[in-house]
Amino acid sequence: MTRHLPWIALALVGAGSLGVVATMRGEPVNALWIVAAAVSVYLVAYRYYALFISNKVLGIDPSRPTPAVRRADGLDYVATDRRVLFGHHFAAIAGAGPLVGPVLAAQMGYLPGTLWILAGVVLAGAVQDFMILFISMRRDGKSLGELVRMEMGAIPGTIALVGAFMIMVIILAVLALIVVRALAESPWGLFTVVATVPLAMVMGAYTRWIRPGAIGEVSVIGFIGLIAAIIFGQSVAESATWAPIFTLTPVQLCFGLIAYGAIASLLPVWLLLAPRDYLSTFLKIGAIAALAIGIVVLAPPLRMPALTQFAFTGTGPVWAGPLFPFLFITIACGSVSGFHALISSGTTPKLIASEGDAPFIGYGAMLMESAVAIMALIAASILDPGIYFAMNAPAAITGGDPATAAAAITAMGFPVSAETLATTAREVGETTIVSRAGGAPTLAVAMAEIFSNVLGGPGMKAFWYHFAILFEALFILTAVDAGTRSGRFMLQDLLGLVSPRFKETSSFVPGLIATLICVGAWGFFLYQGVTDPLGGVNTLWPLFGISNQMLAAVALMLATVVLVRMKRERFAWVTVVPAAWLVLCTGTAGLMKLFHPDPKVGFLAHAQVFSDAVARGELLKPAASMGEMSRIVFNDRIDAALCALFLVVVAAILFYTVRTCRAALRLPRPSVTEIPPALEVAR
Amino acid sequence: MSMLGRLAQTARLMVGMPDYDAYCRHMAEHHPDAAPMTRAAFFRDRQQARYGSGGGRCC
Repeated sequence: MTRHLPWIALALVGAGSLGVVATMRGEPVNALWIVAAAVSVYLVAYRYYALFISNKVLGIDPSRPTPAVRRADGLDYVATDRRVLFGHHFAAIAGAGPLVGPVLAAQMGYLPGTLWILAGVVLAGAVQDFMILFISMRRDGKSLGELVRMEMGAIPGTIALVGAFMIMVIILAVLALIVVRALAESPWGLFTVVATVPLAMVMGAYTRWIRPGAIGEVSVIGFIGLIAAIIFGQSVAESATWAPIFTLTPVQLCFGLIAYGAIASLLPVWLLLAPRDYLSTFLKIGAIAALAIGIVVLAPPLRMPALTQFAFTGTGPVWAGPLFPFLFITIACGSVSGFHALISSGTTPKLIASEGDAPFIGYGAMLMESAVAIMALIAASILDPGIYFAMNAPAAITGGDPATAAAAITAMGFPVSAETLATTAREVGETTIVSRAGGAPTLAVAMAEIFSNVLGGPGMKAFWYHFAILFEALFILTAVDAGTRSGRFMLQDLLGLVSPRFKETSSFVPGLIATLICVGAWGFFLYQGVTDPLGGVNTLWPLFGISNQMLAAVALMLATVVLVRMKRERFAWVTVVPAAWLVLCTGTAGLMKLFHPDPKVGFLAHAQVFSDAVARGELLKPAASMGEMSRIVFNDRIDAALCALFLVVVAAILFYTVRTCRAALRLPRPSVTEIPPALEVAR
Repeated sequence: MSMLGRLAQTARLMVGMPDYDAYCRHMAEHHPDAAPMTRAAFFRDRQQARYGSGGGRCC
């Protein structure tokens, strides 16, 4: 009993902090209360729930050889120190997702987001990551698609693969859109990001020919180059000749990115992708650590209310729709992210040294990512709410300039003056911050605020802002490049089912065709988002959220099937509860996006409004011609079709889950297809 | 292993580069007749393996 006492004390600290966060009204709450609540929840959840899942639910057996032991080859299968592997796994799962979702969710106040991030990670996200890692680890490190095929059959396996491809397309479009929103009309930002391309190529050449393998050395060189690019970017932005060249409209930037995606993903990996990944990975880890230190040192008060009126009305300007279900799809990464199921069944299970390490890596790394999401939520909430809403409301609401934006946002109940908006923009070295939706610029303003307070003073704000933008743009571009490649291979896999020629991943023509289809697919959604009067994030982020949570539901359903087939169905609630919640959220959100009568929420209602207007021969803002009107209708219908497709995927996997579980329950003994321990070291 | 060594190893594995010494140990133990790849060849091989298929990263 005494060994539980410190944990009970910690639980009380967590409950107390959460109580403060939840009940304080009227006076500002310090961000550290959220930090204290989060850390206590994570530690207690890890100590009790992760170990319960490990010992009771899964029956983790540290003496059972892992793939890294059984198939050791020094290359793909290497038994790795658990701390080292934790870093690898965390770096693979943490991307832009946990930084953007919480910023968007802050429109409802910091409380709903905080509660969902904490509850979601403990009961759903970390459970999913850990269970998929476990399932893959017991099957030679097979991938999610193969796991579904092994445990549920070929058809659900293919359905899961189609779902994963569509998610990839939407993720790439939404990530690229964030970059467009952050870099459009921003010569300083665009210059620094463009400068990373030749910089990465120099690094690539260095590691290829001059000092092969010197990753640390070349990263230091690259980092110095990055800092130089940021500093020099200011001169570019102030130069009369250079600034116009790097000032692009969103549409120009959109086509630039599409061309970039196509070319970059066909280049040899050592030239651009690998060296830029070194930079973006280390910068990401460094920036996350710096943000954590900054928040703790500065201990800023939260200026966003705990709950805004939008939590009740569902009419927020950043994204439309009521708290249920839309909050739960807006914050995906950080609470539960289906994409992690692809990572947990990727390289990590091949590197794990002992089954006993699985809870630390699977459950623990996800808790860490959740902490990143909490920091992003805090960052968005320490800003003046007026600035937050002016930055994140679409141009259709703000009118695009400080004066109209200040009036519109003040009318919403968040008083802000045009001077404040203009001054904030000037301080961060931009011409405007109005309607820079997508989360990244908001986070950059908050990071500039925190960093400049800790280091360098107000004079450094512009530098830190562009540092933050660069850090986000850098890893998003890496993700676009790498994602286009994986999308291409997924597509070749799928097309290979129809025409075997496509399976040859090494030959050029099928690869080129698959790449172009993939770029065309995300480029279509990107263009649609860029030209969307509501800023695009409004349309694309819910689609991304639905698809990502849908994949999480699929992963948790797979975990349920495995538990039942292991004859551990008395513990199936561990995965059934979060899977049911996600099916409920994605199902409701999907149906609402399809059929909701409010054109701000429902795609079909929106299409109806515009097609009715076309029939009357009437132009509706923001369309400038009848052609644009028809395109809006067409886009809406594509989005609706995609939404319907996601719903079909969830329904189909649910059907196969129930069927497989019922068949397994009828059998007297376990029926899972694990690699038996008897096969150990035989090979 | 020293703290610094482990940090370096963590940083390298974060970008998908496994430990070369561990690879050499594995080769010496299990395939003593085969010549292990040089450090440069090992680097190129692993770089292609990680990025060639595109995967390995989240949103």
